[in-house]
Amino acid sequence: MAETSPQTRSLATLITTRRGGDRLHWSDVFTYTYLFFGVLLMFGPVVWLVLSSFKTPAGLIEFPPTFLPLGQIEVKVEGYDKPLPLFEVDMEDGTTKQLAQVRRIGIVSQMVDPKNPGEKIKVPINQRTKVREFRMALENYTDPLERFNFVQFLQNSVIVTVVATLVTLLINSMAAYGLSIYEFRGRNAIMLFVICTLMIPITVILVPVYLVVTQMGMINSLWAVILPGAATPTGVFLLRQYMLTIPKDLIEAARMDNASEWTIYAKIVLPLAMPAIAVLAIFSIMWRWNEFLWPLIVLNRSEVYTLQVGLNAFQGELDVQWHYILAMTVITLIPVVVVFTFLQKFITTGIASSGMK
Amino acid sequence: MSDSSTNGDGFGDRAKAAAGWPVMVSFQALNYPLSAIQRIVGIQGMPWIFLLPNLAFFGIFVVIPLFINFAFSLTGGTELFLGNRVYTGTEQYGFLLECETFGDPITCREDRFWKGLYNTAIFIIFQVTFLVLFSLITALILNQKIRARGFFRAVFFFPVLLSPVVVALIWKWILLRDGILNAFLVSVGMDKILFFVSPEWSMFWAVFVSIWAHMGFYTLILLAGLQAIQPDLYEAAEMDGTSKERVFWRITMPLLWPNLLVVLVLALIKGVQIFDEVFVLTGGGPGTATQFIVQYIYNTGFTEQVQNFGLASAASVVLGVVLFVLTITQLAVTRARDNG
Amino acid sequence: MTFDFGKLLATTAVAASLMVSSAFAETELRMTWYNDGNEGEVMQSLLDRFEAANPDISVTLDVVPYKSIIESLPIQLAAGEGPDLARVTDLGGLNKYYLDLAPHLSDTAYWEKSFGPFLNWLAPDSDQISGFMTQLTVTGPYVNKTLFEQAEVAMPGDGATWDDWATAVNKVAKKLDIPIPMAWDRSGHRVSGPAIAMGAKMFNAEGKPALVDGGLKEMAQLLYDWHQDGTMSKELWGSVSGSTYLGANEDFANAKVVMYMSGSWQIPQFADKIGDAFDWWAVPAPCGAAACTGMPGGAALVAMKDTKHPAEVGKLMDFLAQEENLAEFYGKTLFIPGHLKLAKGGVKFATDDPRAKHALETFSGAVPTISPVAFDLQGYKNNRVMFNALISRLNEAIVGEMTLDQAYERMEDDVAKQLAEKERN
Repeated sequence: MAETSPQTRSLATLITTRRGGDRLHWSDVFTYTYLFFGVLLMFGPVVWLVLSSFKTPAGLIEFPPTFLPLGQIEVKVEGYDKPLPLFEVDMEDGTTKQLAQVRRIGIVSQMVDPKNPGEKIKVPINQRTKVREFRMALENYTDPLERFNFVQFLQNSVIVTVVATLVTLLINSMAAYGLSIYEFRGRNAIMLFVICTLMIPITVILVPVYLVVTQMGMINSLWAVILPGAATPTGVFLLRQYMLTIPKDLIEAARMDNASEWTIYAKIVLPLAMPAIAVLAIFSIMWRWNEFLWPLIVLNRSEVYTLQVGLNAFQGELDVQWHYILAMTVITLIPVVVVFTFLQKFITTGIASSGMK
Repeated sequence: MSDSSTNGDGFGDRAKAAAGWPVMVSFQALNYPLSAIQRIVGIQGMPWIFLLPNLAFFGIFVVIPLFINFAFSLTGGTELFLGNRVYTGTEQYGFLLECETFGDPITCREDRFWKGLYNTAIFIIFQVTFLVLFSLITALILNQKIRARGFFRAVFFFPVLLSPVVVALIWKWILLRDGILNAFLVSVGMDKILFFVSPEWSMFWAVFVSIWAHMGFYTLILLAGLQAIQPDLYEAAEMDGTSKERVFWRITMPLLWPNLLVVLVLALIKGVQIFDEVFVLTGGGPGTATQFIVQYIYNTGFTEQVQNFGLASAASVVLGVVLFVLTITQLAVTRARDNG
Repeated sequence: MTFDFGKLLATTAVAASLMVSSAFAETELRMTWYNDGNEGEVMQSLLDRFEAANPDISVTLDVVPYKSIIESLPIQLAAGEGPDLARVTDLGGLNKYYLDLAPHLSDTAYWEKSFGPFLNWLAPDSDQISGFMTQLTVTGPYVNKTLFEQAEVAMPGDGATWDDWATAVNKVAKKLDIPIPMAWDRSGHRVSGPAIAMGAKMFNAEGKPALVDGGLKEMAQLLYDWHQDGTMSKELWGSVSGSTYLGANEDFANAKVVMYMSGSWQIPQFADKIGDAFDWWAVPAPCGAAACTGMPGGAALVAMKDTKHPAEVGKLMDFLAQEENLAEFYGKTLFIPGHLKLAKGGVKFATDDPRAKHALETFSGAVPTISPVAFDLQGYKNNRVMFNALISRLNEAIVGEMTLDQAYERMEDDVAKQLAEKERN
């Protein structure tokens, strides 16, 4: 893994100098082209989503789409109460003029020159184009957030995510410890069982799990979302593989010192397994934050809605309100981006070193 | 790792210190009861104590529902509680398997079940193949000595963090008739393509989007395998003047094989389970061209006016058996290859 | 992190104490609701007034996605975990969970007089009173009148058939280069109206469902042909599977569709989105051999029988169903009244958009012309089984996965299979 310190060289030589040679090798060109398109492909769609979320409903259905969110300029004209939308009009004498529209009747629009508001001009509607400026439709965000108890939803989502992740980390690491440190009859059977449960898509057992949760009286409580997914096969598997690499001598030595098994788990194995636990924590946070279908079924009172359920209330029977949906999607993305920015180092190095061997 | 490990340590230490004390205190407090338990059950009994919470959760929220699910598959009607449902024996399985000609879904009683199975099969053949291929290429590239490696690794991982619904919405927004991709096609002088009207394009985008969303995860598993290969092996090969191709096939691939196997098995399992992202993206259409098996189960049990839990459960049991057989076969085949 | 822990504990404690306090202070009613437009806000303002008048009762509006009303609510009700009231569209299908409000209402005669035929939709097999329609909907087409004017094509008048319209919109689209001459909502409910106009009976002599007959085949053939000759775009019907609903409202609002077959519920949205950008014009339902009819429909607010507070629910329903309150509700939401007296012109709609006013008049005026078959179908409690079979199979034929004849056979099988499964209970 030894890499030469790059900071000392100029960018130009860095890009061209590879594999000890001085020339740009064809495979380097391929590598950087691949990476360039990779960045474009992975981030581009998300950037487009964010840009689109600031467009007005009218802006969203425009083709070809404008890159930046634009809004039509409205001007105040003497003699009219409301501001009027501004158009660029091809006049009959071949010139173009900026006119404000008073009203449109059929295929003709009545316009006035803002500088000369007394005179009305009739213009066929296909000879006018909107005059626009850069404007962000922040109301896509503020309208829904005012209408709903956003803070409450956020709080529920945070409670679910934090508590569920803590429970998941605790019970999965305990199980992984039991399955990696000890040799006992039935160990392989349990491991096989854990792997088998990986195969069950939750979607197909929604109704039975709902029945169990009903019987436990947890409907409409956050526990109904927190508990069912806490014992993750993936988590047990990941942590166990990592713990297998911890030297047995350490544990033997601790036992010689009369440390209890719990102390060995808590004070020796857990700290050593931190990289793998960090990875599981990140996954758990993401799973819980993004969970939608299950909370939708078990939570039907607004005081226990999570963000994903609350924000999806925009999808009515007959009208899908894209401008709100895009904006709300961006809001649920924010924590993901934050986690990504701050923890990307843990993600990449953690998984890379977490015993997927 | 020179470019990624410089700034994190200070932050990490502070976080550890801050998070440390409540965790340590609670762990310390738990030591008393657990030491007492250890005195009773002995060290041999302790693994079970450690396993207990997890197994209890598994039992309540996975094993019991699985049994209920199986019981559902032997009943009919629309009642929710098992006690009220009508016992029908294996009739629901009979309905699923009732075909005039196997291999032609349209002759089957449950034509959409079979259509779902075939679509899923086609989907995983393409999805798993290209997923593994692109993950491997990306891992090999990211394993080179490149600039800003930490950044690039993170870039490919980013979509893994998005929820399936968000992934589908992002791409749907791009692929719509008046979306940005069609704007691009028009700007280079081509006609608009109505992607979701064509069965082939719909399947293509279903495969593409699911690869986009999951590739990062598999890339990292393969990257871990590549990093575990001792550098001196490559150095020795280089000194011998071995060609790059030969190095790849003789050193890299054999040593990477265990990770590749994990990737294959996981990708296959997740591929068969494909549902939400494709459902939001294509809605299963056009017609039934991208309707997969889990969607059939979901529709049968949830979206129809007569919510048919019996038939849906029977289909999910069949799906479980198929998955199990597939995984076992895959493991057996690869094991035979390793030995042979 | 320590700070977060403290905050977490604090918020949990606050949340817990809130729950306790609301539990003994007053009766709390829960109303599950979904939104297409502003109706949630209007309902909330009515509820606020109710709470002010009845300080011992609090009502909470739980807004959910429509998906949840269709998929999760039935399971919640079956498990006994449902709300006290809910806004539903599966009017007859959920009937077994409804409460009979009659003993708790102050004036049942008013209810019967005002909501007569709609009470039957909610209780096809009995004469119980379970709720009222938050809106009545009528299906029917909108056209882009401005496009007709620009293309100088005359709009077919009263009594025009679907064929007349198809010819006209194709002319307009060709002249002005509009991508989609005609679009229909992808919904079995929408197709049923014109099918009935062409003579479909939907039920046999014993009143059992008989989906496929000459009238339905005529309609299906027409839709099939329109998709092949480009009158309709495969984009809408071709691009999803099963019974998934898809509308062309966005395309219509963007002037990419000349004629759009949908219904009265689009009015508030079009008024908001299209405004005066072009003249969107509701036209009377085109005719077939049997009638000129659309489908009635709508959503209802119903009381659930598992409620622990039937008397309070009755009180709330009495309040909401009062003529002036409903007049306010329908007026502000631009919904067609589901109240017989108000339907005769007692509602002042909160819009000064001439297009919206015309559309509201057209659809309200269409109510008396609706065929009795359409009313029966809407009142049939398993009608969604029929709608879903119709749209999903017709669609599979249109995209070429099966022939129309195979599709007819499948439609009948689908209906028979699902009804048989239901019979088992």
